[in-house]
Amino acid sequence: MSKHNLDYLDELEAEAIHILREVAGQFEKPALLFSGGKDSITLVRLAEKAFRPGKFPFPLVHIDTGHNFPETIQYRDEMVARLGEKLIVGHVQDSIDQGKAIEQKGKNASRNALQTVTLLDTIAHHQFDACIGGARRDEEKARAKERIFSVRDEFGQWDPKRQRPELWNIYNGKIHKGENVRVFPISNWTELDVWNYIRRENIALPTIYFAHERDCITRNGQLMAAAEFLNMDEEDVITRRNVRFRTVGDMTCTAAVESDAYLIDDIIDEISASKISERGARMDDKVSEAAMEDRKKGGYF
Amino acid sequence: MEILKFITAGSVDDGKSTLIGRLLYDTDAILADQLEALHRSNRKNDDGTIDLAILTDGLKAEREQGITIDVAYKYFQTEKRKFIIADAPGHIQYTRNMVTGASNSNLAIILIDARKGVVEQTNRHSFLVSLLALPQVVVCVNKMDMVDYDEATFNQIVGQYKVLASKLNLQNVTYIPVSALKGDNIVNQSANMTWYNGKNLLEHLETAEIPVDDSAAHARFPVQWVVRPQTEELHDYRGYAGRISSGNFKVNDKVTVLPSGFSSTITKIELLDKEFDEAVAGQSVTIHLQDEIDISRGDVLVNSSAKPEVSQLIEADLCWMDTRALDTSLTYLIQHNSKVTRCRIQEVLYKFNINTLDKVYEEEFKLNDIGRIIIKTADALAFDVYQNNKANGGAIIIDSRTNVTVGALMLRAAVE
Repeated sequence: MSKHNLDYLDELEAEAIHILREVAGQFEKPALLFSGGKDSITLVRLAEKAFRPGKFPFPLVHIDTGHNFPETIQYRDEMVARLGEKLIVGHVQDSIDQGKAIEQKGKNASRNALQTVTLLDTIAHHQFDACIGGARRDEEKARAKERIFSVRDEFGQWDPKRQRPELWNIYNGKIHKGENVRVFPISNWTELDVWNYIRRENIALPTIYFAHERDCITRNGQLMAAAEFLNMDEEDVITRRNVRFRTVGDMTCTAAVESDAYLIDDIIDEISASKISERGARMDDKVSEAAMEDRKKGGYF
Repeated sequence: MEILKFITAGSVDDGKSTLIGRLLYDTDAILADQLEALHRSNRKNDDGTIDLAILTDGLKAEREQGITIDVAYKYFQTEKRKFIIADAPGHIQYTRNMVTGASNSNLAIILIDARKGVVEQTNRHSFLVSLLALPQVVVCVNKMDMVDYDEATFNQIVGQYKVLASKLNLQNVTYIPVSALKGDNIVNQSANMTWYNGKNLLEHLETAEIPVDDSAAHARFPVQWVVRPQTEELHDYRGYAGRISSGNFKVNDKVTVLPSGFSSTITKIELLDKEFDEAVAGQSVTIHLQDEIDISRGDVLVNSSAKPEVSQLIEADLCWMDTRALDTSLTYLIQHNSKVTRCRIQEVLYKFNINTLDKVYEEEFKLNDIGRIIIKTADALAFDVYQNNKANGGAIIIDSRTNVTVGALMLRAAVE
């Protein structure tokens, strides 16, 4: 009998599909959190593999800050139409209008932190018991500690000291009413794995991932897309640059990189040679040594 | 390219975090902004070099106390392989975290302090490696710089460990003298130990054999989800979705559904728009059968020519992972692959003293205790002996009051 070793992408894919099917089998009302970024786009492809020709056993849920790149929203709507699956949108603006969240002031104001309020409200409103997300352990040191099935209490909080042991490929999704589980099927993937998978599977992406000309300003040493949401003033000089985005958050906290990578192959070469981590371009991680850990404890994704 | 998953084990001050930091640092897996953060954090070794250990301690409480609390997963890659490190705490009170990390690993690195030799923690970790049936062990005798890179010291420790390894029946053990702090024999061959002619640690990890289950005799497919689109054009479509846990399945194979015992033949193996003649262990697929049989989540398809044990009364090794002691009067849940059923621990046969490796006859099962028990399940489990087939021989126990995973089971035999 020949030795069958799965290629590493096959192995990562099979593990993620297994996890998605465990969610379907173990929960009453799961949801797939979709941001329009490459990681959640990868999750959608994996869900197609896990459940087609059947329907997804969960809706897609987008927490919309209202400060998105227009390209991302266009991509989202086209994708949902192609899939024929249900999309639920939670609007941060609604949370602000209801007085549950207060818009930040000042030049570096961002709605990034407010997303948590809208997310928890959306989870409560729809009574989701599991939320599938595209977080990866290689992104950040607090995420390296995260289980694949991560239990959150009724306040959405993550308690790293009370994590369940996670053995073999057995995932314990038992929870009490009001709690929910965050599930991370691509925990074991790295940024480069995601890109290699997107290339192999020939998955379409929002255009902002590829090099394009754009009006930018420089803020705190980072290149930001010029947009009205950025509280720009006369100090902010707009210049036309050739850029692309390495992650897709909202426009107030996602920095661009100068790039000539027009094709996936170029991007993979660029990332392989880069000496800066993916989240090095996220303003939100730089607040403190434990910025991500603190946000996760508060219910952030 | 393949993935090797490994765990690192050692006592608190054996330099485990430094070893991992060194592996990541010397393979260029640390990026500029992470390195900058490392310099910013200002923790230094005695000789003024940066403290690589903080790379692995991701939580505030860990950095405050300078110890590792929970398993962290680290990723790096060389031209030959991708690696996933389960960085488990060495502390005695975190035995359950080591079991967690080890359950998914192909190889264990056990660190021994060259000044101290084999200590209690070495026994404990090696015992866990043996219990969880990790196929390969690398013993890194660390801090060789502190014993003047002395060959005799290394040989003496190798001799000590060989006694332990034979007692635990560890088959595949490699010994490497290293200094994680100075970088000797981790990624670069040491100039200080010319007497050592073996591979350095990274070379060993790059070439260690990754075990694959290629035995056709043990084909197992736990059903996770039944795909039934119930649309006009796919009215009769019924696919069984799951991941092959061991062996392989081919179209036309005769399979039996357990625990019901009905048999049928595979007509199609597919995934999205791909069809396969054969699918192997590790693959997630959807399987179609010739006959309409009642099959649901929790059932397992097996090759009809090699069936597993099917029983409601099973002898098993148990590692208890909860602060509440085991209560033999309580009903718990057991989860084995995709199957969940009620269970009771019918009898505690004995516990292991994991420092001396002796059997102890005690009823009480507390946090981090390991021993042999007999479990009774409400529905029959179709299982294999853990030592022969980990994927179908491991199970967890869940406390239905708290929903927490409280025990790890390695199933051993059906009780007549």
